[in-house]
Amino acid sequence: MNRRKIIEEKIFRILSAIATYSLIATLAFIIILIFIKGFHALSWDMVLKAPKGGYYYGGEGGVLNAIVGSLYISIGATIIATIIGVPAALYINVYLSRRKRMQNFIRYILDALWGVPSIVYGAFGFTLMLFLGMNASLLAGIITVSFLIIPIVVRTFDEVLCNIPKGLHEATLALGSTRTEMAFKIIFKQGFPGFITALLLAFGRGIGDAASVLFTAGYTDLIPIHLDEPAATLPLAIFFQLSSPIPEVRERAFAAAAILTIIILVISLTARFLSKKYSISNLK
Amino acid sequence: MYLLKEEMMTHNKMINIVDTDIDTDSILQISNLNVYAGDHHILKNVNLRIPKNKITVLLGPSGCGKTTLLKCMNRLSDLYKELDVSGHIYIENDDILNTYKNIPSIRQKMGLLSQRPYPLPMSIYKNVAYGLKLKGIRDKNLIDYNIERHLKEVGLWDEVKDRLHNSPHSLSIGQQQRLCLARGLAVKPRIILADEPTSALDPISSKIIENLFKGLKKHYTIVLVTHVLRQAVRLADNVIFMSHGEIIEQGSPEHLFKNPQTDKLKEYMVDGN
Amino acid sequence: MLFRRIIADRVSTTWMVISISTILVLPLVIGIGLYVKAYPLLELKPFGELIGSSTWLPHEQKFGFLPFILGSLYVTLIAFCLSAPVCLLAAIFITQFSSKRFIYFMHPVIDILAGLPSVIYGVWGIIVIVPFISDYLAPLFGIKSSGYTILAGGIVLAVMCIPYILNMLIEVFNTIPSGLKEASLSLGATFWETVKHVVIKKGFPGIISAFGLGIAKAFGETMAVMMVVGNMLQTKFDLFDAGYPLPALIANNYGEMLSIPMYDSALMFAALLLFGIILLINLVFRYFIYRTKKNE
Repeated sequence: MNRRKIIEEKIFRILSAIATYSLIATLAFIIILIFIKGFHALSWDMVLKAPKGGYYYGGEGGVLNAIVGSLYISIGATIIATIIGVPAALYINVYLSRRKRMQNFIRYILDALWGVPSIVYGAFGFTLMLFLGMNASLLAGIITVSFLIIPIVVRTFDEVLCNIPKGLHEATLALGSTRTEMAFKIIFKQGFPGFITALLLAFGRGIGDAASVLFTAGYTDLIPIHLDEPAATLPLAIFFQLSSPIPEVRERAFAAAAILTIIILVISLTARFLSKKYSISNLK
Repeated sequence: MYLLKEEMMTHNKMINIVDTDIDTDSILQISNLNVYAGDHHILKNVNLRIPKNKITVLLGPSGCGKTTLLKCMNRLSDLYKELDVSGHIYIENDDILNTYKNIPSIRQKMGLLSQRPYPLPMSIYKNVAYGLKLKGIRDKNLIDYNIERHLKEVGLWDEVKDRLHNSPHSLSIGQQQRLCLARGLAVKPRIILADEPTSALDPISSKIIENLFKGLKKHYTIVLVTHVLRQAVRLADNVIFMSHGEIIEQGSPEHLFKNPQTDKLKEYMVDGN
Repeated sequence: MLFRRIIADRVSTTWMVISISTILVLPLVIGIGLYVKAYPLLELKPFGELIGSSTWLPHEQKFGFLPFILGSLYVTLIAFCLSAPVCLLAAIFITQFSSKRFIYFMHPVIDILAGLPSVIYGVWGIIVIVPFISDYLAPLFGIKSSGYTILAGGIVLAVMCIPYILNMLIEVFNTIPSGLKEASLSLGATFWETVKHVVIKKGFPGIISAFGLGIAKAFGETMAVMMVVGNMLQTKFDLFDAGYPLPALIANNYGEMLSIPMYDSALMFAALLLFGIILLINLVFRYFIYRTKKNE
């Protein structure tokens, strides 16, 4: 009896350790692979030049068009998501702080929206674009990606805000401030690290997402200047160029993959660092 | 023979270095117990004896290390990997801190009653049967007999006999705590470790638990952690007053509370309750 | 001064109300928008025929979505079977058996795995998984395969879903009070028995929800799967053959969508289907989580 228990315990300890360590190994494997392939292809030309002679067949040039396009789209989308998401998160935590059911209902909807796949947002963005008579463009891409990341901004910020003690609300109101002043001056300040984390996560999701910009932002070799021009993005640069028969073009895909991975690494680590710092300073 | 990595002794001192004489009246003896959490010295060189079939009360302000001491006694300190435990704890001549013995079977020598009841996520019946089944008992009649006996022992049988297969969450919190006591008694422990068992309960349920303890000491040794002075006065046969990880005073309650020797205890007796 | 403050209060309150209403109507607007676009197709063919038929000939206006739905189900099934045990074991290891320092180390690992864009997983799938299947795994069973298979899609999808499910499982296990574990241990259970009888049992609703939401996530994942799954019409389940999941259908054909009549309607119907299924799964399991939290 006892022997069986011991063996069972040992087996499961080992299995669970294997499962965990294999995750670390998989991550290391993916990142090292992308870096080896990518650094081989990376050069200043790659980062600083747009492709020449067509992104699919022309072997020369780099992925600057995609870098700029991606940055425009994700920064633009993050700004829109902030303008809509932050007041929404503040509203949930300030104006609805006494209405638990309403709060829970809104969080419920947001969580469900978070789970909607980006291809659906892409298709919806496309429908909206046709409805408004727009073409595939930077602006359409920005709007679609902002739909995708609004739930992320709201819920991430909200998670931090809802841990702010209610006593602070009452204390601030007692000092004679209006609810808006409380929301923006006190609550927003208290939740500031959460705000930064939310922005980083949203930006990371925005820059990495391909399916939502596939219909809406188009793809071009040119660097976009106006909002109504189509724009290339890093994920799509990888996706399109990887299937090209020309090796130089495939190199561009790997370079783009390495750049994207570096961006995501920096964002994830910064967000984790900030949230850790935040949680330590607010432990007591 | 049975040894798991985490449950391995932290120090390589071999088993049972008998340099302290073990007296037969005490069931549990602690010598030179030190516990660190990082740089924080939680228990400072604790030496004590727990007499058999008595209620020993560990008294002291919150955060003085009472609970940590209790958790060391049944090696639940293993669960907190940041704790560094050294010293000896003898239970009937076994040094449980430095042993190759089966840790689960050592823990079965002790029943734990925690600050609030933690019924396991299963029916009332299975809660009490849990420990028995872990011991390898499969005979249904024996299990039934034991469940009835221990539920009667804590005075819960008449209240739950018709709903043994219901979830324990349907019970009141006081009943849940008694269920946890019955569950602990079912593994036939020698010692009951109780960590402020009445702190979450209403006064009437607390009273029931206290009265149970008075009866149970005939068969069991009870170690009770509390910060309530009056409870110590009501129950204790032996009081150990702790502060900041050290044992300040110990002795019988009459002796200790009538003539406190140290300022700390005097202060505690004035402010503590 | 006071007047200005009151005006500011009014303005920002309005702004907040507008934002929150925008967000709350968003799911409705998405649903309606897609429905309007899909309506011509629904008018042409009954819903049952659309999802029950497996003839896909857009030029003849024959739209049977069954192969795509099945393709999605197959990759999701494989991904679930591969990721669920790994997630459960890893979550147990991280929350029950490992030290605080290891947990601090694991957090960024999970974050990065969750944050990597799906095209990166796709690249990894093309470079590693696809050749592995065509050169080693398929010959092992005596099958010729291009490597672009349902299995490859499932494997890549599994790796992508692991951090997502794992995060939720860790949260579930962390909410289990340590007093419960102590109670079980003090009754003489080993660590594993405690996990088996107490931790998993107590966290069961949470575990089921995490798996459910993981399935929803896998079902809607597009790019990575599309890059390795082969994208060929198929109704039978064959690990070493290509498949064509629903999201890949939408993403692959957006270019010609407007050149064939009804084709755009068909793709929007696919998006609507995806939206409906995933929103439903999400709402059900989130509600389940919400209820279990409330009961505690």
